[in-house]
Amino acid sequence: MLLLTEKKIALTIKELDAGFGRIRDLSVSIGKLSAGDWAEPEGPTPYPSLATLRAWDRKLLSRYQPFYMPFCDLCCLCTYGKCDLTGTKKGACGISMPAQQARTVLLTACIGAATHTSHARELVTYAIKRAGRGSSIDPGGNAIGVEAPVIRLVCGEKPKTLADLETVLDYCESQITSLLAVTHTGQEGDPLDFESKVLHAGMIDQVGMEVADLAQISALGYPKADPDAPLAALGMGTVETTKPVILVIGHNVPPSVAIIDYLAREGLSDQVEVTGICCTAIDATRYSPRAKIIGPMSWQLRYIRSGIPDVIVVDEQCVRTDAFSEAAAVGTPFIATSDKNCLGLPDRTGDPADAIVADLATGRQKGVLILDPEKAGEVAVRVARAVMPARRKSSAAIAPETIREQAADCTQCRLCRRACPNDLAIPQGMKAAGDGDLSLLSALYETCVGCGRCEQACTKKIPVHSLIVGAAAEKIKNEKFVIRTGRGAIQDIEIRNVGGPIVLGEIPGVVAFVGCSNFANGGKEVAEMSVEFAKRRYIVCTSGCAAMSIGMYRDEEGRTPYEQFPGSFTAGGIVNVGSCVANAHIAGATIKIASIFARRNLRGNYAEIADYVHNRVGAVGVAWGAMSQKAAAIASGFWRLGIPVVVGPHGTKYRRMLLGRADHDADWYVHDQRTGEEVYAGPAPEHLFVAAETKEEAMVLVAKLCMRPNDTTRGRAMKLTHYIDLYQRHHGSIPDDIPRYIRTKADIPVTLKGEITCILSQSDWKERPIPDPTLLTHDKPASSEER
Amino acid sequence: MTSADPWQTAEVAGPKKAAVITKPAMARAVIGHARHPVLLIGHRAATIDISGKKLVDYLLDLARVHQIPVIATGHVNRALRERGYTCAVILPAVEAGQRIADPLWSGPDGKGSCDLAIIAGLPYPMEWTLLSGLKHAAPHAKTITLDNTYQPNATWSFANISLKDWQENLEAIAADTGTGGSADV
Repeated sequence: MLLLTEKKIALTIKELDAGFGRIRDLSVSIGKLSAGDWAEPEGPTPYPSLATLRAWDRKLLSRYQPFYMPFCDLCCLCTYGKCDLTGTKKGACGISMPAQQARTVLLTACIGAATHTSHARELVTYAIKRAGRGSSIDPGGNAIGVEAPVIRLVCGEKPKTLADLETVLDYCESQITSLLAVTHTGQEGDPLDFESKVLHAGMIDQVGMEVADLAQISALGYPKADPDAPLAALGMGTVETTKPVILVIGHNVPPSVAIIDYLAREGLSDQVEVTGICCTAIDATRYSPRAKIIGPMSWQLRYIRSGIPDVIVVDEQCVRTDAFSEAAAVGTPFIATSDKNCLGLPDRTGDPADAIVADLATGRQKGVLILDPEKAGEVAVRVARAVMPARRKSSAAIAPETIREQAADCTQCRLCRRACPNDLAIPQGMKAAGDGDLSLLSALYETCVGCGRCEQACTKKIPVHSLIVGAAAEKIKNEKFVIRTGRGAIQDIEIRNVGGPIVLGEIPGVVAFVGCSNFANGGKEVAEMSVEFAKRRYIVCTSGCAAMSIGMYRDEEGRTPYEQFPGSFTAGGIVNVGSCVANAHIAGATIKIASIFARRNLRGNYAEIADYVHNRVGAVGVAWGAMSQKAAAIASGFWRLGIPVVVGPHGTKYRRMLLGRADHDADWYVHDQRTGEEVYAGPAPEHLFVAAETKEEAMVLVAKLCMRPNDTTRGRAMKLTHYIDLYQRHHGSIPDDIPRYIRTKADIPVTLKGEITCILSQSDWKERPIPDPTLLTHDKPASSEER
Repeated sequence: MTSADPWQTAEVAGPKKAAVITKPAMARAVIGHARHPVLLIGHRAATIDISGKKLVDYLLDLARVHQIPVIATGHVNRALRERGYTCAVILPAVEAGQRIADPLWSGPDGKGSCDLAIIAGLPYPMEWTLLSGLKHAAPHAKTITLDNTYQPNATWSFANISLKDWQENLEAIAADTGTGGSADV
C-alpha cells in the first residue's frame, strides 16, 4: 500500500517475496509524524479535505437549519455589484441571499481560522528556535496521555515533537487557502455547502489553536494541566504606579516573554510592572504570575488614555488600530512587534537597541516597529525606566471640574447615543454632569464597551469616553481582583473521574464561557452566569476575555469566583484553560471523554467521535460578548462536534443562527444501536447556534441545551430539575416542552412529580425507550449478511 | 426630533426600507387587516417607561383589544404574568423569527402561519437583524415595529419620535374603538 498525503509518503509492505529474501510488516514514512508506536487503528478520515465530512455536516444542518438575518441587503464583493439581493432576488453572478450570507459566514470563519493558524505558526517557529525541533510536546507530563486530542482526531496523527506540529500546520494552511478560494465569485452557490465549509473552517481552527497552545505550553513552561495554577493580579487598581509600567496588548506572547526575561536577567523583576490587555496578558501570566492583567480588550482606550503605561508594546490581533495615535496623544512611547500589525511605524529591527531607546525616550520617535521580540523586550524595559520619572510629574487623569465644564458643552443632540452599540443614555449622563452630578456618567462605565464611537459622533468634539472613565475614577482605583492563570489541558485522570457522570448525565453539563467582551449589559453578567452554574455543580470552563470578566466581581465575602470555586475539571469547578487558543482544550476535553472514558478510537475518526459528543456529552459554549471573526471560527469548531453555542444579543450580527425545530418531531429521531430501531429522542440539544436576548434567557437555554439523548433517567431528572428551576425563576411558569424531554416516568424530578405527572396526563405523552443513540448508522456500509 | 433614519446611525439596510407610520390609523389598519397577527414582546418592554406607564402595558392593551397572540422573548414573561397575562408563548426572539418565516408554521395559537409580526421591546440591534431575517425570508408575513425608533428592515416603523408622540400613538393604536383598521396604508 502506498499512501500519499500532502508532502508525506508512507509505504507499508505487509509481505514481499523478493530475490534477496522475504520482507514482512515493513513501514517507511517520509515526512510523516513520528508516531510509530501508536497502536490505534487509523479511522476513515485522516486529514479530511473540504468535502470529506460533508455527509456529517449535512446531518447536522438538516436538523439545525440556518436562519439568515442579513446585515446588509447588498453584495459588494465584485465589480458586477453592488447587487441588491433583497428577498428572492439574485445577484449578477447568480448568488441568492441565503448563499451570500453563508458565504460571508465562511469568510468570517476563514479569517478566524487563518488568524489562529498564523499565530500557531509564529509560536511553533518561536518554540523551535527556543527549545529545538526535537523538543517534546509536553502539555502535562504524566497526567496527560492523550496529548493532542484534536490533532489525533482530525489529522490521525500523534505528534511528539515541536517539528511534528509544523506538518500539522502545513495541512491547516492548505485547507484555509482552499476554503478562502470557495468564497470567490462563481464558486459555491448552495447555502448548505457554504455552511459545511464553515464547519470545516471551524474544525481546522481547532487544530490550529491546539498547535498554538501545545507549542507555547511546551516551550515556555506554562502551568501544565494544573488545576491549582497560581492566581495573578487583575484590574487597573492593581498597578503599582510608583514603578515604571509596561503595557502589552494582543495575543502573541514572545515580546512579553522577552520583557519578562530581560527583567529577570537584569534583576529588575520587582522594579517594573508588566501589565497586559487581551490574551497576551493571560499568556504573560502563564509565563510569570508576576505579570498583571488589566482587563479584556474593552479596557484598551481607558488604560492607554490614563497615561499610566510608560511604554506600550503591541503584537497581533484585537489591538485597537488607533492604539498608536492614542498612545502618542498621551506621550507614551509605542513599539509594534508583528509584521501583521506594523501600524505605519518605521522599522528599527536592524538598529542597535541603544539608538532605539534614545529615540523613543527623548521623543524623537513616538513609535517604532521592531520585528525581533528579544530586542523589543529590552527596548521596552529600558524606555519605560527612562521615561517614567518625568511622566509621573504630570497626570492624564481628568479632574471632576474639567468633566463638568466639558459636559456643559453638550447640546443634547443624541448623536453619541445613536452611535453607541449599547444605546447607553449618554446624553442624560452629560446633562447631569454639566449640572455637577457625575453619578450617571459613572454608572455608564459599567456597561461601556470602550469602543469610542460616541466621540466620533460628537459634533462638539467632547471626549465622551474619557469623561465617562473620568467620572468612574474611584471605581477604577478599586479594580483589584485575581484570576487563576490558564492551566492548559485537562488531565486524563480528571476525564476518567467525570467522564461517566457527564455521559450518564449525572454532572448536569459542561458550560464554557468564552470569547470577547462586546457585552450588551456589562461583563458582570458573565461572572453571574458562571457562578450560577458552578453553584449548580456544572463544570464551568472559561478562557480569554471572558475569563477576565469572570474574575472582575466579588461575592459578599470579597472573593472572586476564582477564589470561591476550584480550578479542577470537576462538578462545581471554574476552569480557566488560558488564552483564546486554549479553547482547543475545552473541545479536547469532550473528545477525550470519547477516548478515555468510552475507549473510542480517535485516530482520523471525526464523524464517529462528533456523533458521540453530540449525543452524549452535555457541553454548551456561551460566547456572551463574542465580537471577532476568531470567535466565529471557534464557535464553528464546536458546531462540527455537535456542541451548541449561545451568544448574546450582539451575536445576531454574525448573520445567521443554526436552529432546531422542537415542534417538528421527525427531526429528532436517532438510531438506537441496541435495537436497530429509529427512536424519538426529543430535541436534545435543541439548537446549535442561538442568540439570547438577556442573561436570564441565556441561563435557561444553557440548562436545556445540556440535555442529550444518552442521559440516564437519573441524569435526565437532574438536568430537568435545573432547567425547570431556572425557567420558573426567570419566566415565571413551568416550561411547556417538558413532555418532549420525559422519556420514562423515571426521568421526572422527584420534587416535581405531581406537577409533571399532571402535565403529562394532559398531553399525548407516551413512554418511550432510552436509546443508545447515533445519527450515523445509516451511513455505515451494509454488512455481508445484510447484502 | 422626528427622523426616518435608523436610530443607530450606522445601521443602514439597503434599497428596501420601512414605510414610516405617520399616524396611528395606519398601524390600526395594518393590524386590523391581518388574519393571523402575532405580537412579539421583548424584555425591554418591562422597563421602558412612557409617562408613568410601561411599554408592556400598552402592548398588552393592544393584545387584549385585538385578540393578538403574544410571543414573550428574553425574560419578559414574568412581567406579563405579573399583569395577569398567562397565555404567552415563550420563545427566544431568533427562534420566533425562524417560525414566523415558516409558511407552514401553525402559529402560537395553532390557527395558521403568521401574516403580520408586531414587534417591540427588543434591543435595537437585535430587532434590526431579526427584522432583516423576516424581510428576506418571510414573503408571506409583513412586519411592524411599535418602538419609537426607526427600524429600516420592518415593513412599517415609526420614525425616531418623542416619548409624547409615542404615547399618543400607542394609546390610539391600542384603543378599543370597535372599528378595526380602515385607513389607507
